[in-house]
Amino acid sequence: MAERALLAGLLQGLERLGRGASAKIWRLGFAARFFGYMLLHSGTAFRRFGLIVREIYFIGVLSLIIILVSGLFVGMVLALQGYETLQRYAASEALGVLVALSLVRELGPVVAGLLFASRAGSAITAEIGLMKATEQIAAMEMMAVDPIARVVAPRFWAGVISMPLLAVLFSAMGIFGGYLVGVHLIGVDEGAFWSQMQAAVDVREDILNGVIKSVVFGVAVSWIAVFEGYDAPPTAEGVSGATTRTVVTSSLAILALDFVLTALMFTGGNAR
Amino acid sequence: MKRSTIDLWVGAFVAAGFAGLLFLALKVGNLASFSTAQTYQVQAKFANIGGLKVRAPIKSAGVVVGRVSEVRFDNESYEAIVTFNIDAHYRFPRDTSAKILTSGLLGEQYVGLEAGGDGVMLKSGDRLRLTQSAVVLENLISQFLFSKAAEGKDSKDSKDGK
Repeated sequence: MAERALLAGLLQGLERLGRGASAKIWRLGFAARFFGYMLLHSGTAFRRFGLIVREIYFIGVLSLIIILVSGLFVGMVLALQGYETLQRYAASEALGVLVALSLVRELGPVVAGLLFASRAGSAITAEIGLMKATEQIAAMEMMAVDPIARVVAPRFWAGVISMPLLAVLFSAMGIFGGYLVGVHLIGVDEGAFWSQMQAAVDVREDILNGVIKSVVFGVAVSWIAVFEGYDAPPTAEGVSGATTRTVVTSSLAILALDFVLTALMFTGGNAR
Repeated sequence: MKRSTIDLWVGAFVAAGFAGLLFLALKVGNLASFSTAQTYQVQAKFANIGGLKVRAPIKSAGVVVGRVSEVRFDNESYEAIVTFNIDAHYRFPRDTSAKILTSGLLGEQYVGLEAGGDGVMLKSGDRLRLTQSAVVLENLISQFLFSKAAEGKDSKDSKDGK
Protein backbone atom coordinates (compact mmCIF):
# COMPACT_ATOMS: atom_id res chain seq x y z
CA MET A 1 0.00 0.00 0.00
CA ALA A 2 2.74 2.39 1.05
CA GLU A 3 4.74 1.52 -2.04
CA ARG A 4 1.77 2.30 -4.26
CA ALA A 5 1.29 5.70 -2.61
CA LEU A 6 4.99 6.45 -3.02
CA LEU A 7 4.84 5.45 -6.68
CA ALA A 8 1.78 7.62 -7.26
CA GLY A 9 3.49 10.56 -5.58
CA LEU A 10 6.61 10.04 -7.68
CA LEU A 11 4.56 9.84 -10.86
CA GLN A 12 2.69 12.99 -9.92
CA GLY A 13 5.97 14.81 -9.35
CA LEU A 14 7.31 13.66 -12.69
CA GLU A 15 4.10 14.70 -14.39
CA ARG A 16 4.30 18.17 -12.86
CA LEU A 17 7.95 18.49 -13.92
CA GLY A 18 7.11 17.47 -17.46
CA ARG A 19 4.15 19.83 -17.64
CA GLY A 20 6.31 22.68 -16.33
CA ALA A 21 9.07 21.97 -18.83
CA SER A 22 6.72 21.67 -21.78
CA ALA A 23 4.99 24.93 -20.74
CA LYS A 24 8.39 26.69 -20.68
CA ILE A 25 9.29 25.32 -24.12
CA TRP A 26 5.85 26.24 -25.45
CA ARG A 27 6.37 29.78 -24.14
CA LEU A 28 9.85 30.00 -25.66
CA GLY A 29 8.46 28.98 -29.03
CA PHE A 30 5.73 31.59 -28.73
CA ALA A 31 8.34 34.21 -27.80
CA ALA A 32 10.39 33.31 -30.90
CA ARG A 33 7.30 33.48 -33.15
CA PHE A 34 6.38 36.79 -31.52
CA PHE A 35 9.90 38.12 -32.22
CA GLY A 36 9.71 37.13 -35.88
CA TYR A 37 6.22 38.60 -36.29
CA MET A 38 7.33 41.84 -34.63
CA LEU A 39 10.37 42.16 -36.94
CA LEU A 40 8.18 41.54 -39.99
CA HIS A 41 5.67 44.18 -38.90
CA SER A 42 8.23 46.82 -37.92
CA GLY A 43 7.78 48.57 -41.25
CA THR A 44 4.80 50.54 -39.95
CA ALA A 45 6.79 51.71 -36.95
CA PHE A 46 9.61 53.00 -39.14
CA ARG A 47 7.21 54.68 -41.56
CA ARG A 48 5.68 56.54 -38.62
CA PHE A 49 9.02 57.36 -36.99
CA GLY A 50 7.34 59.78 -34.56
CA LEU A 51 6.10 56.76 -32.62
CA ILE A 52 9.66 55.53 -32.08
CA VAL A 53 10.90 59.03 -31.20
CA ARG A 54 8.19 59.32 -28.53
CA GLU A 55 9.26 56.00 -27.03
CA ILE A 56 12.96 56.94 -27.16
CA TYR A 57 12.00 59.90 -25.01
CA PHE A 58 10.38 57.70 -22.38
CA ILE A 59 12.92 54.87 -22.57
CA GLY A 60 16.19 56.65 -23.29
CA VAL A 61 16.00 60.30 -22.27
CA LEU A 62 14.29 59.62 -18.94
CA SER A 63 16.91 56.94 -18.10
CA LEU A 64 19.73 59.43 -18.67
CA ILE A 65 19.95 60.71 -15.09
CA ILE A 66 20.33 57.29 -13.47
CA ILE A 67 22.81 56.17 -16.16
CA LEU A 68 24.99 59.28 -15.92
CA VAL A 69 25.05 59.38 -12.11
CA SER A 70 25.77 55.64 -11.80
CA GLY A 71 28.47 55.87 -14.47
CA LEU A 72 30.16 58.73 -12.65
CA PHE A 73 30.20 56.86 -9.34
CA VAL A 74 31.28 53.54 -10.86
CA GLY A 75 34.22 55.32 -12.52
CA MET A 76 35.15 57.11 -9.31
CA VAL A 77 35.07 53.90 -7.26
CA LEU A 78 37.09 52.07 -9.94
CA ALA A 79 39.77 54.75 -9.76
CA LEU A 80 39.95 54.60 -5.96
CA GLN A 81 40.08 50.81 -5.83
CA GLY A 82 42.38 50.48 -8.83
CA TYR A 83 44.85 52.99 -7.42
CA GLU A 84 44.96 51.10 -4.13
CA THR A 85 46.12 47.93 -5.92
CA LEU A 86 48.25 49.47 -8.67
CA GLN A 87 50.39 51.59 -6.35
CA ARG A 88 51.61 48.41 -4.64
CA TYR A 89 53.35 47.55 -7.91
CA ALA A 90 54.41 51.14 -8.50
CA ALA A 91 52.18 51.20 -11.58
CA SER A 92 49.71 53.91 -10.58
CA GLU A 93 50.16 55.59 -14.00
CA ALA A 94 48.30 52.62 -15.49
CA LEU A 95 45.16 53.76 -13.65
CA GLY A 96 43.70 55.27 -16.82
CA VAL A 97 44.14 51.97 -18.67
CA LEU A 98 42.44 50.03 -15.88
CA VAL A 99 39.47 52.41 -15.64
CA ALA A 100 38.99 52.75 -19.41
CA LEU A 101 39.35 49.09 -20.33
CA SER A 102 37.10 47.79 -17.58
CA LEU A 103 34.42 50.36 -18.41
CA VAL A 104 34.53 50.12 -22.19
CA ARG A 105 34.77 46.34 -22.38
CA GLU A 106 32.59 45.15 -19.50
CA LEU A 107 31.08 47.52 -16.99
CA GLY A 108 29.68 50.05 -19.45
CA PRO A 109 27.52 47.62 -21.43
CA VAL A 110 26.67 45.32 -18.50
CA VAL A 111 25.83 47.82 -15.76
CA ALA A 112 24.05 50.12 -18.21
CA GLY A 113 22.12 47.05 -19.44
CA LEU A 114 21.12 46.05 -15.90
CA LEU A 115 20.01 49.61 -15.11
CA PHE A 116 18.20 49.78 -18.44
CA ALA A 117 16.37 46.52 -17.68
CA SER A 118 15.20 47.70 -14.29
CA ARG A 119 14.45 51.30 -15.26
CA ALA A 120 13.03 50.99 -18.79
CA GLY A 121 12.34 47.27 -19.32
CA SER A 122 10.03 47.05 -16.31
CA ALA A 123 8.19 50.19 -17.44
CA ILE A 124 7.65 48.76 -20.95
CA THR A 125 6.28 45.50 -19.53
CA ALA A 126 3.98 47.26 -17.08
CA GLU A 127 2.66 49.60 -19.75
CA ILE A 128 1.91 46.91 -22.32
CA GLY A 129 0.55 44.54 -19.66
CA LEU A 130 -1.76 47.23 -18.34
CA MET A 131 -2.93 48.09 -21.86
CA LYS A 132 -3.80 44.43 -22.22
CA ALA A 133 -5.53 44.25 -18.82
CA THR A 134 -7.65 47.32 -19.62
CA GLU A 135 -8.50 45.80 -23.02
CA GLN A 136 -6.91 48.60 -25.05
CA ILE A 137 -5.07 45.98 -27.10
CA ALA A 138 -8.29 44.11 -27.81
CA ALA A 139 -9.92 47.42 -28.79
CA MET A 140 -7.13 48.09 -31.29
CA GLU A 141 -7.65 44.69 -32.83
CA MET A 142 -11.35 45.49 -33.13
CA MET A 143 -10.47 48.63 -35.07
CA ALA A 144 -8.20 46.58 -37.37
CA VAL A 145 -5.08 48.25 -35.94
CA ASP A 146 -2.32 45.71 -35.44
CA PRO A 147 -1.23 46.20 -31.79
CA ILE A 148 2.14 44.63 -32.46
CA ALA A 149 2.94 47.13 -35.19
CA ARG A 150 1.40 50.08 -33.32
CA VAL A 151 2.33 49.41 -29.67
CA VAL A 152 5.00 46.72 -29.43
CA ALA A 153 7.39 47.38 -32.34
CA PRO A 154 8.01 51.10 -31.58
CA ARG A 155 8.91 50.26 -27.95
CA PHE A 156 11.20 47.44 -29.07
CA TRP A 157 13.07 49.58 -31.58
CA ALA A 158 13.29 52.52 -29.20
CA GLY A 159 14.95 50.18 -26.69
CA VAL A 160 17.35 48.83 -29.31
CA ILE A 161 18.34 52.39 -30.34
CA SER A 162 18.59 53.77 -26.79
CA MET A 163 20.63 51.01 -25.17
CA PRO A 164 23.96 51.51 -27.06
CA LEU A 165 23.73 55.28 -26.59
CA LEU A 166 23.14 54.85 -22.87
CA ALA A 167 26.04 52.37 -22.58
CA VAL A 168 28.41 54.75 -24.41
CA LEU A 169 27.36 57.63 -22.16
CA PHE A 170 27.83 55.40 -19.11
CA SER A 171 31.39 54.53 -20.17
CA ALA A 172 32.25 58.14 -21.04
CA MET A 173 30.88 59.39 -17.74
CA GLY A 174 32.72 56.63 -15.86
CA ILE A 175 36.04 57.55 -17.48
CA PHE A 176 35.38 61.18 -16.60
CA GLY A 177 34.71 60.11 -12.99
CA GLY A 178 37.92 58.07 -12.97
CA TYR A 179 39.78 61.12 -14.31
CA LEU A 180 38.32 63.34 -11.59
CA VAL A 181 39.33 61.00 -8.78
CA GLY A 182 42.59 59.73 -10.29
CA VAL A 183 44.07 63.01 -11.49
CA HIS A 184 42.48 65.68 -9.29
CA LEU A 185 41.96 63.82 -6.01
CA ILE A 186 44.79 61.27 -5.91
CA GLY A 187 47.24 63.15 -8.09
CA VAL A 188 48.17 60.67 -10.82
CA ASP A 189 50.02 62.46 -13.62
CA GLU A 190 47.46 63.72 -16.13
CA GLY A 191 49.59 63.13 -19.22
CA ALA A 192 50.38 59.54 -18.25
CA PHE A 193 46.72 58.91 -17.38
CA TRP A 194 45.50 59.82 -20.89
CA SER A 195 48.47 58.69 -22.99
CA GLN A 196 48.68 55.20 -21.44
CA MET A 197 44.93 54.90 -21.89
CA GLN A 198 45.19 55.86 -25.55
CA ALA A 199 48.03 53.42 -26.10
CA ALA A 200 46.11 50.52 -24.57
CA VAL A 201 42.51 51.05 -25.74
CA ASP A 202 41.93 49.90 -29.31
CA VAL A 203 39.03 51.41 -31.23
CA ARG A 204 38.07 48.19 -33.00
CA GLU A 205 39.03 45.61 -30.36
CA ASP A 206 37.68 47.40 -27.30
CA ILE A 207 35.29 50.23 -28.12
CA LEU A 208 33.53 48.64 -31.08
CA ASN A 209 33.18 45.31 -29.26
CA GLY A 210 31.69 47.15 -26.28
CA VAL A 211 29.15 48.84 -28.56
CA ILE A 212 28.30 45.48 -30.17
CA LYS A 213 27.71 44.05 -26.69
CA SER A 214 25.37 46.88 -25.79
CA VAL A 215 23.38 46.42 -29.02
CA VAL A 216 22.96 42.71 -28.23
CA PHE A 217 21.85 43.55 -24.68
CA GLY A 218 19.45 46.16 -26.06
CA VAL A 219 17.81 43.58 -28.34
CA ALA A 220 17.60 40.99 -25.53
CA VAL A 221 16.17 43.32 -22.87
CA SER A 222 13.68 44.99 -25.23
CA TRP A 223 12.50 41.65 -26.58
CA ILE A 224 12.00 40.19 -23.09
CA ALA A 225 10.24 43.36 -21.91
CA VAL A 226 7.74 43.62 -24.77
CA PHE A 227 7.10 39.87 -24.78
CA GLU A 228 6.48 39.67 -21.03
CA GLY A 229 4.11 42.63 -21.32
CA TYR A 230 2.24 41.16 -24.27
CA ASP A 231 2.04 37.71 -22.67
CA ALA A 232 1.06 38.94 -19.18
CA PRO A 233 -2.18 37.57 -17.71
CA PRO A 234 -4.65 40.49 -17.85
CA THR A 235 -4.93 40.90 -14.09
CA ALA A 236 -3.20 43.06 -11.50
CA GLU A 237 -1.13 40.12 -10.22
CA GLY A 238 -0.40 39.05 -13.77
CA VAL A 239 1.08 42.44 -14.66
CA SER A 240 3.13 42.66 -11.46
CA GLY A 241 4.45 39.12 -11.98
CA ALA A 242 5.37 39.92 -15.59
CA THR A 243 7.23 43.06 -14.51
CA THR A 244 9.26 41.08 -11.98
CA ARG A 245 9.98 38.38 -14.56
CA THR A 246 11.20 41.02 -17.03
CA VAL A 247 13.79 42.35 -14.60
CA VAL A 248 14.94 38.89 -13.45
CA THR A 249 15.03 37.28 -16.89
CA SER A 250 16.70 40.18 -18.64
CA SER A 251 19.34 40.58 -15.90
CA LEU A 252 20.21 36.90 -16.17
CA ALA A 253 20.16 37.12 -19.97
CA ILE A 254 22.57 40.09 -19.89
CA LEU A 255 25.04 38.29 -17.65
CA ALA A 256 24.87 35.02 -19.62
CA LEU A 257 25.15 36.79 -22.99
CA ASP A 258 28.03 38.86 -21.64
CA PHE A 259 29.96 35.70 -20.79
CA VAL A 260 29.38 34.26 -24.27
CA LEU A 261 30.27 37.53 -26.03
CA THR A 262 33.40 38.07 -23.93
CA ALA A 263 34.54 34.53 -24.65
CA LEU A 264 34.00 35.11 -28.39
CA MET A 265 35.50 38.60 -28.58
CA PHE A 266 38.38 38.88 -26.18
CA THR A 267 39.96 35.51 -25.45
CA GLY A 268 40.74 34.56 -29.06
CA GLY A 269 43.04 37.52 -29.60
CA ASN A 270 44.85 37.25 -26.29
CA ALA A 271 45.50 33.52 -26.51
CA ARG A 272 47.52 33.93 -29.68
CA MET B 1 3.32 71.72 -29.03
CA LYS B 2 4.25 68.81 -26.76
CA ARG B 3 5.65 66.97 -29.72
CA SER B 4 8.38 69.46 -30.50
CA THR B 5 9.79 69.42 -26.95
CA ILE B 6 10.02 65.62 -27.09
CA ASP B 7 11.80 65.84 -30.43
CA LEU B 8 14.26 68.31 -28.94
CA TRP B 9 15.04 66.03 -26.00
CA VAL B 10 15.43 62.95 -28.17
CA GLY B 11 17.68 64.89 -30.54
CA ALA B 12 19.82 66.06 -27.64
CA PHE B 13 19.98 62.50 -26.29
CA VAL B 14 21.12 61.04 -29.61
CA ALA B 15 23.63 63.87 -30.09
CA ALA B 16 25.00 63.28 -26.59
CA GLY B 17 25.31 59.57 -27.35
CA PHE B 18 27.33 60.25 -30.48
CA ALA B 19 29.43 62.83 -28.65
CA GLY B 20 30.18 60.15 -26.05
CA LEU B 21 31.20 57.72 -28.76
CA LEU B 22 33.45 60.36 -30.32
CA PHE B 23 35.01 61.03 -26.90
CA LEU B 24 35.68 57.32 -26.47
CA ALA B 25 37.15 56.97 -29.94
CA LEU B 26 39.35 60.07 -29.92
CA LYS B 27 40.29 60.76 -26.32
CA VAL B 28 40.16 57.24 -24.84
CA GLY B 29 40.99 55.12 -27.87
CA ASN B 30 43.70 55.49 -30.46
CA LEU B 31 41.65 56.54 -33.48
CA ALA B 32 43.55 59.80 -33.73
CA SER B 33 46.84 57.95 -34.05
CA PHE B 34 45.46 55.58 -36.68
CA SER B 35 47.42 56.41 -39.75
CA THR B 36 45.89 55.78 -43.13
CA ALA B 37 49.30 56.55 -44.57
CA GLN B 38 51.09 54.18 -46.90
CA THR B 39 53.28 51.52 -45.30
CA TYR B 40 55.90 49.09 -46.55
CA GLN B 41 56.59 45.60 -45.24
CA VAL B 42 59.94 44.37 -44.02
CA GLN B 43 60.64 40.95 -42.55
CA ALA B 44 63.14 39.84 -39.96
CA LYS B 45 64.08 36.48 -38.48
CA PHE B 46 64.53 36.13 -34.75
CA ALA B 47 65.77 33.12 -32.79
CA ASN B 48 63.39 34.04 -29.99
CA ILE B 49 60.74 36.75 -29.94
CA GLY B 50 59.89 36.49 -26.24
CA GLY B 51 56.47 38.06 -25.68
CA LEU B 52 56.31 40.13 -28.86
CA LYS B 53 52.74 40.41 -30.15
CA VAL B 54 51.02 41.52 -33.32
CA ARG B 55 50.41 45.34 -33.23
CA ALA B 56 53.43 45.89 -30.98
CA PRO B 57 55.14 49.20 -31.80
CA ILE B 58 58.31 49.49 -33.86
CA LYS B 59 60.47 52.32 -32.59
CA SER B 60 63.56 53.98 -33.85
CA ALA B 61 65.29 56.44 -31.53
CA GLY B 62 62.20 56.14 -29.35
CA VAL B 63 59.78 57.31 -32.06
CA VAL B 64 57.04 54.93 -33.20
CA VAL B 65 57.65 54.32 -36.91
CA GLY B 66 55.42 51.30 -37.47
CA ARG B 67 53.72 48.23 -36.05
CA VAL B 68 54.29 44.47 -36.10
CA SER B 69 51.79 43.04 -38.57
CA GLU B 70 52.51 39.33 -38.44
CA VAL B 71 54.39 36.79 -36.34
CA ARG B 72 54.97 33.38 -37.86
CA PHE B 73 57.12 30.29 -37.24
CA ASP B 74 59.49 29.17 -39.97
CA ASN B 75 59.50 25.39 -40.35
CA GLU B 76 62.90 25.25 -42.06
CA SER B 77 65.12 27.39 -39.87
CA TYR B 78 63.04 26.88 -36.68
CA GLU B 79 63.03 30.60 -36.15
CA ALA B 80 60.31 33.24 -35.87
CA ILE B 81 59.60 35.42 -38.90
CA VAL B 82 58.24 38.82 -37.89
CA THR B 83 56.72 41.15 -40.47
CA PHE B 84 56.97 44.90 -39.79
CA ASN B 85 54.62 47.48 -41.23
CA ILE B 86 56.70 50.65 -41.44
CA ASP B 87 55.24 54.03 -42.27
CA ALA B 88 56.32 55.08 -45.76
CA HIS B 89 57.46 58.46 -44.38
CA TYR B 90 60.35 56.77 -42.63
CA ARG B 91 63.19 55.39 -44.75
CA PHE B 92 65.92 53.15 -43.35
CA PRO B 93 69.23 51.94 -44.83
CA ARG B 94 69.39 48.31 -45.91
CA ASP B 95 71.77 47.27 -43.13
CA THR B 96 69.43 48.46 -40.36
CA SER B 97 69.40 46.15 -37.34
CA ALA B 98 66.34 45.10 -35.34
CA LYS B 99 66.26 44.29 -31.63
CA ILE B 100 63.43 43.10 -29.44
CA LEU B 101 63.37 45.35 -26.38
CA THR B 102 61.21 45.77 -23.33
CA SER B 103 59.80 49.11 -22.19
CA GLY B 104 60.59 49.32 -18.51
CA LEU B 105 61.41 46.31 -16.40
CA LEU B 106 58.12 44.46 -16.87
CA GLY B 107 56.51 46.47 -19.67
CA GLU B 108 55.38 45.35 -23.08
CA GLN B 109 57.89 44.33 -25.71
CA TYR B 110 58.62 46.33 -28.83
CA VAL B 111 61.02 46.27 -31.76
CA GLY B 112 63.85 48.77 -31.84
CA LEU B 113 65.43 49.68 -35.20
CA GLU B 114 68.94 51.03 -35.43
CA ALA B 115 69.87 52.58 -38.74
CA GLY B 116 73.03 51.39 -40.47
CA GLY B 117 75.24 53.23 -42.92
CA ASP B 118 74.31 51.65 -46.24
CA GLY B 119 73.41 54.00 -49.09
CA VAL B 120 70.62 51.76 -50.39
CA MET B 121 67.29 52.16 -48.61
CA LEU B 122 64.98 49.33 -47.51
CA LYS B 123 62.05 48.63 -49.76
CA SER B 124 58.90 46.54 -49.39
CA GLY B 125 59.62 42.80 -49.14
CA ASP B 126 63.20 43.17 -47.93
CA ARG B 127 64.57 41.13 -45.06
CA LEU B 128 66.66 42.55 -42.22
CA ARG B 129 69.90 40.62 -41.75
CA LEU B 130 71.00 41.87 -38.33
CA THR B 131 68.63 40.91 -35.57
CA GLN B 132 68.88 40.45 -31.84
CA SER B 133 66.44 38.23 -29.98
CA ALA B 134 64.44 39.07 -26.92
CA VAL B 135 66.17 38.70 -23.60
CA VAL B 136 64.66 35.80 -21.73
CA LEU B 137 64.88 36.47 -18.03
CA GLU B 138 65.32 32.81 -17.09
CA ASN B 139 68.34 32.43 -19.39
CA LEU B 140 69.85 35.61 -18.02
CA ILE B 141 69.44 34.43 -14.44
CA SER B 142 70.82 30.98 -15.16
CA GLN B 143 73.83 32.49 -16.95
CA PHE B 144 74.44 34.72 -13.97
CA LEU B 145 74.15 31.81 -11.55
CA PHE B 146 76.48 29.60 -13.59
CA SER B 147 79.09 32.32 -13.89
CA LYS B 148 78.85 32.95 -10.14
CA ALA B 149 79.25 29.24 -9.47
CA ALA B 150 82.25 29.06 -11.82
CA GLU B 151 83.76 32.09 -10.12
CA GLY B 152 83.38 30.47 -6.70
CA LYS B 153 84.99 27.29 -7.98
CA ASP B 154 87.90 29.21 -9.53
CA SER B 155 88.65 31.09 -6.34
CA LYS B 156 88.44 27.83 -4.36
CA ASP B 157 90.83 26.18 -6.83
CA SER B 158 93.29 29.05 -6.58
CA LYS B 159 93.12 28.87 -2.78
CA ASP B 160 93.84 25.16 -2.90
CA GLY B 161 96.73 25.82 -5.23
CA LYS B 162 98.42 28.13 -2.73
